Amino acid sequence: MAAAGDDPALARLVERVRAARADRCPLDIRGGSTKAFLGGVPAGEPLELRELAGISCYEPSELVVTARAGTPLAELEAALAERGQCLPFEPPRFAPGPGTPAGGTVGGMVAAGLAGPARAAAGSVRDHVLGASLLDGRAELLSFGGQVIKNVAGYDVSRLLAGSMGVLGVICEVSLKVLPVPPATATLRFDCTQAQAIDRLAAWGGQPLPVHASAWWQGTLALRLAGARAAVEAACARLGGEAVDPALAAGFWAGLRDQRDDYFLAAQAQVAAGATLWRLALPATAAPLALAGDTLVEWGGAQRWLCTDAEPATVRAAALAAGGHATRWRGGDRSAAGFEPLPPALLRIHRALQAAFDPEGLFNRGRLYPDS
Amino acid sequence: MNAPEAAARPGTADRAARQQAVVAALRPLLPAHALLWHAEDTTPYECDGLTAYRERPLVVALPETEAEVAALLAACHRLQVPVVARGAGTGLSGGALPHALGVTLSLARFNRILRIDPRARTATVQCGVRNLAISEAAAPHGLYYAPDPSSQIACTIGGNVAENSGGVHCLKYGLTLHNVLQVRGYTADGEAVSFGSLALDAPGLDLLAVVVGSEGMLAVITEVTVRLTPRPLLARCIMASFDDVRKAGDAVAAVIAAGIIPAGLEMLDKPMTAAVEAYVHAGYDLDAEAILLCESDGTPEEVAEEIGRMLDVLAGCGATRLEVSKDEAQRLQFWSGRKNAFPASGRISPDYLCMDSTIPRKRLADMLLAIQQMEGKYGLRCCNVFHAGDGNLHPLILFDANDPDQLRRAEAFGADILETSVAMGGTVTGEHGVGVEKLASMCVQFSPAERERMLALKHAFDPAGLLNPGKVIPTLHRCAEYGRMHVRKGLLPFPELERY
Repeated sequence: MAAAGDDPALARLVERVRAARADRCPLDIRGGSTKAFLGGVPAGEPLELRELAGISCYEPSELVVTARAGTPLAELEAALAERGQCLPFEPPRFAPGPGTPAGGTVGGMVAAGLAGPARAAAGSVRDHVLGASLLDGRAELLSFGGQVIKNVAGYDVSRLLAGSMGVLGVICEVSLKVLPVPPATATLRFDCTQAQAIDRLAAWGGQPLPVHASAWWQGTLALRLAGARAAVEAACARLGGEAVDPALAAGFWAGLRDQRDDYFLAAQAQVAAGATLWRLALPATAAPLALAGDTLVEWGGAQRWLCTDAEPATVRAAALAAGGHATRWRGGDRSAAGFEPLPPALLRIHRALQAAFDPEGLFNRGRLYPDS
Repeated sequence: MNAPEAAARPGTADRAARQQAVVAALRPLLPAHALLWHAEDTTPYECDGLTAYRERPLVVALPETEAEVAALLAACHRLQVPVVARGAGTGLSGGALPHALGVTLSLARFNRILRIDPRARTATVQCGVRNLAISEAAAPHGLYYAPDPSSQIACTIGGNVAENSGGVHCLKYGLTLHNVLQVRGYTADGEAVSFGSLALDAPGLDLLAVVVGSEGMLAVITEVTVRLTPRPLLARCIMASFDDVRKAGDAVAAVIAAGIIPAGLEMLDKPMTAAVEAYVHAGYDLDAEAILLCESDGTPEEVAEEIGRMLDVLAGCGATRLEVSKDEAQRLQFWSGRKNAFPASGRISPDYLCMDSTIPRKRLADMLLAIQQMEGKYGLRCCNVFHAGDGNLHPLILFDANDPDQLRRAEAFGADILETSVAMGGTVTGEHGVGVEKLASMCVQFSPAERERMLALKHAFDPAGLLNPGKVIPTLHRCAEYGRMHVRKGLLPFPELERY
């Protein structure tokens, strides 16, 4: 990343953080503001990152792209698509907020650490972060990781930033591993119960099949295969099911990825009527949870959405008992913790890490955990 | 010049008194046979795979249960005694080099496979289980553990977690980090802690991402749950010869640019080819300036399609000879040369220094040419094997350690390669870790503020600084010393390269 001296947008940002530090003024880091619903209620003076934009370096043969935090995600994905490559983890593109027509940004994608339907097959945002530069609470610009795939020099702070919700500092630039778009894809449909879907997905997952994404809702399992043409064709012939029209399938997976398909639209209506939408991260083979509500199963069973009127304590206890954890996604009481509370040993490390990078507690207070 | 900082040497009497105190504190916590302190018993632990650095530990402990580990850590914390965790001791950067006044905590007895869950495709094992033993236990289910460091017969999963180990297949299948779901262990004061989850993510900051690759400095790991991968039905390998290293380097970039992610993509230069061919007779082309091994795996249909595309690209890049493995025996024969690169080098030279930097793939040929120039500058030979698909280099600098001047030149040669790698936009270590070996090189790669934050990160996990102290992150003082040495020499390598 260029030094702040050569880069007016970066220099302004450093100056802003320096001033906020002097005034002890908490900052609310903003990219496209498309994920303001996630975690604690944003608080503090807005710190807009959209000006710090642009792809700094993209070399398709290196499978690496470096972009500044405010770069619109759509712009990054278009640049990759032009060269037949993609972000393999399919980050969700939430609806643009008022006054931010460009939608989500690269920095917000890393800070939230959210992945889409291909997560179970392709890995997480963190798995693809190779390096990052961070403006920390002392207004110092730090660089961790790099632009190469293998790198074990020092602690990997850049990967720690994925999913950090901005509480360690302002992500200014990130280098990401990218991959070629799979040469072939196909989507199959099966009628089955949730328990059958989880069973089948586990069985298929144990075989060398090009399973790339899955979704079960209301008695229908959709399975996306992706990879070499020959492998996809062979798998289609073997698995049976009903082939879904490619255009229809593409629309379905995009809607699921961006949380604007039928399930999420229905959930939104229920949330408006007082229900809560939960994200449950579970071991993929966990049996269906005995909780009332409407469930969508993704990631081979490892991510389950639940729209319910059940008490938060009931939902969290059920997820914990199944070996996972629950995140309050939309609706419910936002003043309570959105993310699963941490055991004391981990909470102590969290607080100490925040103190190391942001001693004055300037950044995104309360977004990851209450009053943190 | 990359040697560890000279620790303050304790007097013999001080050492003996401290040893007595530590033994007295640990004796009630461990079975008698699990505590070693006589020199004849502790000497075997004085180094790891990097034998150039040696230090006899004060005490060696070999606990058998987690309760013993927790009690030992609590006791050491109370006495403020450093603890250095150790797996199989195969590490190549001195990460398990003992502390002269510390306890070496051998986890060799944590060698049980606790659970293979074929349905969930996970294995939960104790930290001392060997890498290859996981794949062997998973084999009846058609599954395996994908990361395959070359030491996989001997190295332990705990050590793999500490180093974030790679292997020859990590471009396609990822590093240790990408294949570990959860680790359990203890903090420096003996509190039980768990990082990651059996789900695909855990709440809060992703601490697993920093614990993996932290070289035993953040926590002591006793149990690891890994993801298992379905074994591919077939693998085939192309052996391609090139009459010019630049063409071979360009071919690596061209394969990736064509949208192919090979299961393995390795490169050997001419001196290396000659050394391994004399050793294992793998059928390598001795006239080639560089050889590429390019592997495809998957279903038979997939492999046939991918091999065809790879052959087209390699031929288009000017390969002078192309051979595709006809069967599994021939594929293993192709690999036998690559996998024996280190012992083959040991046959042609009394000693060798193995480097491990990573650079952008497009600079592979530049780096080979730079290394050729350095051979003249330092008056030493160097053979090169690369994990070309990852841009990870393993130059083997040949020398005779009995000649102090050769050792000095070999170390200077190595430091020169590392600094050139950083200048090319790379890193000083791709998979072997910093340990003690590359401490000085960390001064080149990271700024004082960056190193200070890394020390603060360690402090967040280990406030007393007792877990494997002195490794990985050099102190500001040490870097200042290193900087002075360079100014004195007055020649930074490759002044024409942009420094950033």
